[in-house]
Amino acid sequence: MDKGLPAKREITFETELFGSKTFLIYVEPVFSKAGETIGINYMGMDITDQVRKRERMIKIREEIAVQKAKETELNRTIHITEETMRAKQMLATMSHEIRSPLSGVVSMAEILATTKLDREQRQLLNVMLSSGDLVLQLINDILDLSKVESGVMKLEATKFRPREVVKHVLQTAAASLQKILTLEGNVADDVPIEVIGDVLRIRQILTNLISNAIKFTHEGKVGVKLYVVPEPPFAKEGSQHGSDGSTANQTTTNVPKEETCTSTSQTSSDQRGFHGKKHEGSCQNRSQSEPGTPVMNGKIDVTEEQAELPETTVWIRCDVYDTGIGIPENALPTLFKKYMQVSADHARKYGGTGLGLAICKQLVELMGGRLTVSSRVHCGSTFTFILPYKVSLSCDHSDDSDDPDDLSDMDDHGDSDDDATNGFFQFQPRTLGSLFSSNGSSRTQKLLAHNIGHVNSHKINGFSENYCSFPTSNGQAKEMDLVEDACSVAEALEISSEPECSFSHSPDHDSESAICRGRRHHNDVNGENKVSSIDVSTYSETSREVDVKVKISEPQLPAERQGRSDSGSQSTLNTSQEVSNSISKPKILLVEDNKINVLVTQSMMKQLGHTIDVVNNGVQAVRAVQCRSYDLVLMDVCMPVMDGLQATRLIRSFEETGNWDAAAKAGIERPSPSSDSLQPDCTPPKHIPIIAMTANALSESAEECFANGMDSFVSKPVTFQKLKECLEQYLP
Amino acid sequence: MDFVNLLQRKFIDYSSSLHREGIVDDQFTQLRKLEDENSPHFVMEVASLFFEDCEKLINNMAIALEQKQGVDFKQIDECIHQLKGSSSSIGAMRVKNACIAFRSFSDGQNREGCLRCLQQLSHEYSLLKNKLQTLFRVSVASRCLYVCLVIFCRGNEHAEPFPDVLVFQLEKEIVAAGGSIPRVH
Repeated sequence: MDKGLPAKREITFETELFGSKTFLIYVEPVFSKAGETIGINYMGMDITDQVRKRERMIKIREEIAVQKAKETELNRTIHITEETMRAKQMLATMSHEIRSPLSGVVSMAEILATTKLDREQRQLLNVMLSSGDLVLQLINDILDLSKVESGVMKLEATKFRPREVVKHVLQTAAASLQKILTLEGNVADDVPIEVIGDVLRIRQILTNLISNAIKFTHEGKVGVKLYVVPEPPFAKEGSQHGSDGSTANQTTTNVPKEETCTSTSQTSSDQRGFHGKKHEGSCQNRSQSEPGTPVMNGKIDVTEEQAELPETTVWIRCDVYDTGIGIPENALPTLFKKYMQVSADHARKYGGTGLGLAICKQLVELMGGRLTVSSRVHCGSTFTFILPYKVSLSCDHSDDSDDPDDLSDMDDHGDSDDDATNGFFQFQPRTLGSLFSSNGSSRTQKLLAHNIGHVNSHKINGFSENYCSFPTSNGQAKEMDLVEDACSVAEALEISSEPECSFSHSPDHDSESAICRGRRHHNDVNGENKVSSIDVSTYSETSREVDVKVKISEPQLPAERQGRSDSGSQSTLNTSQEVSNSISKPKILLVEDNKINVLVTQSMMKQLGHTIDVVNNGVQAVRAVQCRSYDLVLMDVCMPVMDGLQATRLIRSFEETGNWDAAAKAGIERPSPSSDSLQPDCTPPKHIPIIAMTANALSESAEECFANGMDSFVSKPVTFQKLKECLEQYLP
Repeated sequence: MDFVNLLQRKFIDYSSSLHREGIVDDQFTQLRKLEDENSPHFVMEVASLFFEDCEKLINNMAIALEQKQGVDFKQIDECIHQLKGSSSSIGAMRVKNACIAFRSFSDGQNREGCLRCLQQLSHEYSLLKNKLQTLFRVSVASRCLYVCLVIFCRGNEHAEPFPDVLVFQLEKEIVAAGGSIPRVH
C-alpha cells in the first residue's frame, strides 16, 4: 500500500478442518484516473496442492541426486574392485612366474653350497640362500593370500586324525628348533579319532601359529591344546543352512574384512579387551560371511558321501599357546592385517613377511571358524581357532584298534609319552641335542643355513654357537669350516674358541698370525698374496676405482709381501727356516697378539729400516728366543696363553742360569738344537733388551714391568718417535 | 688442474675435520706417514683390517651380553682390551675413548651399563667407518683424476700440486698394469 505496487505473498493458515492450507494472496492497489489509490483488489488462491507437489518435486530431485551419487560411488567401487581383482590376478600370475626361476636360483645355490668353496664365497652364498628363501617364502605367502581372497581356493574335505596332525606338526617344528624350548601337544579325549576337514590347510594354520610362537618365545614352552567345544554362537547366528551345510556353497568372494576377526562370543576368561571394541563391526560382517561359513563341501565326493552317511558336526577348539614375549594390547587390532607386524623393530629383529596371520585368519574363516588371540606382554600369547569338523559316525572305529596305545605305537616317533590319553606329546630340548650330534655336520649345516633365512635373531646365532663349539674343540678343521660358514658367525666361533684352542692349534695359528692378516685360511701360506688383495678389495667393494687400483698394484706387491712372509714364516718355529737376513742387521722380535698393532708396528719398523720377527704370545716368544738370538725384543704385556711378564721372567731366568729349566717347568719344551741356534751352551747368554709395550692398564705399571725383568717400556699406541728412541737407546 | 686442486683441498679439509672432531688423532697422522711407494694403500689396509676386527669384537660382545645364563664379563673385558689396543694403534680416538668408558662398566659387571656402552661403541665405530671411507674415496678420486690428467697433460709446466711420491707411484701402477706413460721432453 505504501509503495503503491502490487505484491503477492504466500500465507499458510492452519485450519482445523482441512489441516494446513496455503493460499497465494495477490494484492494490487487500484488507482483512480487521477492516480490516487482508491482501494485494493485482492485475490486468493488455494495453492496447497501445488505447494505440496512442489515440495515433493524438490524431495524427488534430492533423492535423484543422492541416487546418482550412490550410483557413481558404486560404479567406482566396482571399477576399483575389478581393477583390484585384475591386479591380484596379475600378481598371482607374476608371483607364480617369478617363483619358478627363483626356485631354480635357490636350488642352484643350494647345490653350489655343497661344492668346495672358500670362506668368502661361502659367506656370499649364505646371503644368497637366505635372501632367496625369504623371497620365496614371501611369494608363497602372497600367492596363498591372493588365492584365498580371490575365492579360487577350494577347500578339501578328507578324513584325517587330529592327534597325528598335531604330533606331526610339533615334530617338524622340534626338528628345526634352535632354542631350548619345550614343545607340547595335548589332544583331549573327547576329540574324535578321525574327523573330516581340509587337513592341508589346517596343518598350514597350525604350522604357522606354532612357528610364530617359537619365533617369539625364547624360553619356556610352546604348546597345542585341542578340545571339543559346544557349537559357538557365531555359527548359529545368520546361518540358514544350519551346521550341516548341505548346500554345496562355493567359496565366496565376500571374505570378511581384516579388521573384524573376533569371535566375541567366546567368553573364555583369557580373551582380552579388544574383542569388545570389535563387537559391532563383527556383527555386521558376520552376516556377510555366514553364507560362506559351512563351506566344507568343495568336493563332489563329499556331498555324495554326505548323502549316504549320517554326519554330525563337531566344533573343535585349538589353542596354540606360548611363554614368549607377548603382544602389546595396542598391537592386537592390527595383528591379523596383512603385512603388519607388531612394530618396525620387531620386523627388523624377527624377520618374517607379516602375511602369516592374515592367511591363517582368512583360511580359518573360510572354513567357517574364528581365529582369536589373547596375550600378555612378557608372559606369552595364546592363539585360538575354532573350526567345525564333520565326523562320519558310521566308520568311526572300524579301522582303529580299541587300544589307544597301539595307535601311538603305530606312529612310532619315539617321543610321545605313553599316557592314558594318546593325545599327549612333549618334545624336550635334549631330544634336540641328539638330533644335532647324531646327524652330523651336514644336517647341521643345512638346518642352520635354512633357518638363517627365516629367523634372524641373535639368539639363533648364540645357540648355534653353543652347539657348534662341540665339533670345534675336536679340532676338526673341516667340520669347523662347514659349521662356521653355515652359521656365518665364523669369527665369533674362532674368537670364542681361540683361547682354549690356540695352544693346540699353534702350528696353524703361528703361520697365520705371522702373515699378519685378518683372513684365516687354515692351510695356505701361499694364499697370502691373494689374501692381501682380497682384504683390500672386499673393503672397497663400493668403490670400483679402488678395485682397479688394487689390481694394478698387486703384481708389484708380491716382491715386497714375499719379503714380509719370509720374515713372518721365520717365526713358524716348529720348522726351522733358513735365515735370509744378513747377520749385520739387528734382529728384532715383536711379541704382540693384536693384528692391527702388529701391522702398524711392523710398518713403522720397516720405515725405520728394520725387518722384524713377529710372534703372538709369551710361549712363542720364549721359543723364538730359544732358537735365535735377538738384539731387541718388543714385548706386549697382555696376551693370551702367556703374558709378557711371565715370558720375560723365563727369558731372564735363562740368562741368569744358562738353562731353560724354568721354561720347561712352565710347559715349554726346548726344541732340539738346530743349525740356526747361534748360542753354544758355554758362552753366557747375552742380556737381551726387552721393552714392554703397555696399554696403560692398571696391571701394567712401570714398576711391575721392571720387577719382571723388563728394561724399559713404551706406552701404546706405538709411534715413530717412541720406536726411534727405543732403537737408538738399545741397539748398538 | 684447478679441479685437482679443488679435490686436494677437499681432501685436506675433510681430513682436518676428522682431526678436529676427534674422530682420529695424531696416531692416524703417523699412519699416513707410513704410506709410500712400497705400501701405497697402507692406511686403507689397516683401516679395513680394523673394521673387520671391530665388527667381530662388537658382535662377540653383543652375543655375550645377551646370554641369559650369565654374562661372561671376562670375555667382554678381553674384547674391550683388544679393541682399545687396535683403536689406539690406528688413532681412532673416539672409539678408544668409548672403550675406556666401557671398561669401567664391564669391571663393575654392570650389564645395563655395558649394553649402553656397546651401543655407544657401535655408534662411534660406524661414524669412524663412514668418515674414513669417505676420506678414502675422496683421496682415491683425486688420485684417479690425477692419473688421467698426468697421462694427457704430461710435460705441462703448470701441473703437480701433488707430491712427487704420488706421481711416481701412480706411474708405477700404470706401467705395472701394462700401460705406458708417454714421455714428452
